[in-house]
Amino acid sequence: MKNWFKRTNLLWLALIVSTYVILNVLISTGIINNVYQTVLLTIGINIILAISLNLIIGITGQFSLGHAGFMIIGAYSCGVVLKLVAGGTIGVLLGMLIGMAISAAVALVVAIPTLRLRGDYLAIATLGFGEIIRIVVLNMEVTNGAAGLILPKAVSWHMVYWAMVICTLVIVNFGISAHGRACISVREDEIAAEAMGINTTQYKILAFVIGAMIASVAGALYAGAFYVIKPEMFTYSKSIDILVLVVFGGMGSITGSFISTVLVSLLNTALQQFSSVRMIVYGLALVVIMVFRPSGLLGRKEFSFDALLKKFDKKKGAAS
Amino acid sequence: MSVLKVSGLTKNFGGLSAVSNVNMEIEQGELIGLIGPNGAGKTTLFNLLTGVYDPSEGTIELNVDGKMTSIGGKKPYVISRLGVSRTFQNIRLFKELTVLDNVRIAMHQSVKTGVIASILRLPCYYKEEEEIKKRAMDLLKTVNLDEHAMDLAKNLPYGKQRRLEIARALATDPKILFLDEPAAGMNPQETAELTQLIHDIKDRFHLTIILIEHDMSLVMSICERIYVLDYGRLIARGNPEQIKTNKRVIEAYLGEDA
Repeated sequence: MKNWFKRTNLLWLALIVSTYVILNVLISTGIINNVYQTVLLTIGINIILAISLNLIIGITGQFSLGHAGFMIIGAYSCGVVLKLVAGGTIGVLLGMLIGMAISAAVALVVAIPTLRLRGDYLAIATLGFGEIIRIVVLNMEVTNGAAGLILPKAVSWHMVYWAMVICTLVIVNFGISAHGRACISVREDEIAAEAMGINTTQYKILAFVIGAMIASVAGALYAGAFYVIKPEMFTYSKSIDILVLVVFGGMGSITGSFISTVLVSLLNTALQQFSSVRMIVYGLALVVIMVFRPSGLLGRKEFSFDALLKKFDKKKGAAS
Repeated sequence: MSVLKVSGLTKNFGGLSAVSNVNMEIEQGELIGLIGPNGAGKTTLFNLLTGVYDPSEGTIELNVDGKMTSIGGKKPYVISRLGVSRTFQNIRLFKELTVLDNVRIAMHQSVKTGVIASILRLPCYYKEEEEIKKRAMDLLKTVNLDEHAMDLAKNLPYGKQRRLEIARALATDPKILFLDEPAAGMNPQETAELTQLIHDIKDRFHLTIILIEHDMSLVMSICERIYVLDYGRLIARGNPEQIKTNKRVIEAYLGEDA
């Protein structure tokens, strides 16, 4: 237990709790109004999507373009449960669990044939898979086809915030464990990893399945937070939006995904008033980032309190 | 007691036989050299023995707990877990990772903490991580790289990268170690240190070592037995003295008129 309460972990805990409290105060005093609350929800959900894709692309090195497919599974599982079974928080949680189970099963079926492919081939195969899921949803009765589902609001930003924290902890803890190191070795050099006794196929599948399950959590939150879900919201361009967040923040950097998601969402919101030039400015911003920081904002580095504390200790040591 | 037995091993790439009808029997604790001119099929033979390629014909048997088990065509990670480890001719470290992580990754097969226990960071996770780190640092000390533990592998000088590859191979806890040109690109002093290192690890870890090498001074000084390959065939076997005077070996290296 004492390992849980090391200095860095306590600092992270403080950051998580204080961010939560500050946002709460800002909302209750009305500084963050309803419009900005929507932005907050979007940021939280997009962070979950970005880090789950980062696990697949950045940490394990498997280029997947089908992430919206798993989001749609989560969204519709939650939507159908909210409509037919139970409303409110219980409905969302139940829908989330069902969505995760379906996503895991689908990811497994998709992963076994496609993860033998590499690079571009894998990207195209997963792109096709995401579209298949969308078309299936489009043609099912229970999902109400192209018209989509209209849902009651069942997800508050508290839920999104804590879901984001839990998903992040799952991915970070997985990433720094021996299993995460195995995934990283697959990214670095598959042949060497295999020669060192690592079942590379198994780890590719594992990362893909965990990523898919977490993406479906984001989908479920989306369904409960935004009233309407339609298949057309989850086309491959949604997958590419998520990919942009990952690349922009730095592939393999979870904190990078956080920073990039917040920045991109704020940029999008700020540009909303100038809708005619919005996409141009957004596109330019991405080009500029890629020119000046080709490996993303943080590259593969993580922001860490450990490094910060070491610097601080050194300074203190030098002063005394 | 033989640890590795190869019979009739053949690998065809299209119409080309890269390795043809190779027979070898290697005893526990031997230090074997595998030499031959460029393109003789030495690395292909290593790749067959470590599972990178499937054999076209023939069998490879490994002594697993006293029983000869066929490993031909098994996946590399399975063979690695049975106690066969290797280094690569064109260094294949995890370049963007630290020296310590390179070694820790190779200890993967001994990891018992499951995925869920790792995600929840249960006490067994911390305990195992600590053990892995300690063992990795011990290994790095063996190859004299403990000072570089937190450096990125790509930033090490060439000779140290080769040593790190050996440390990483040892981390899988092997019985048989294949070294593919461990002295390539090293200066004479580094080669001398490497010779010493190979001797040390062989005794300390009770290894059987098979190495490919073009540096004949290294091969002749440490190998107890030598196999010579030419055009995919074994043309000679024997102790260094026999090999030095073998007519077919001299022909293979220098041409028939020499």
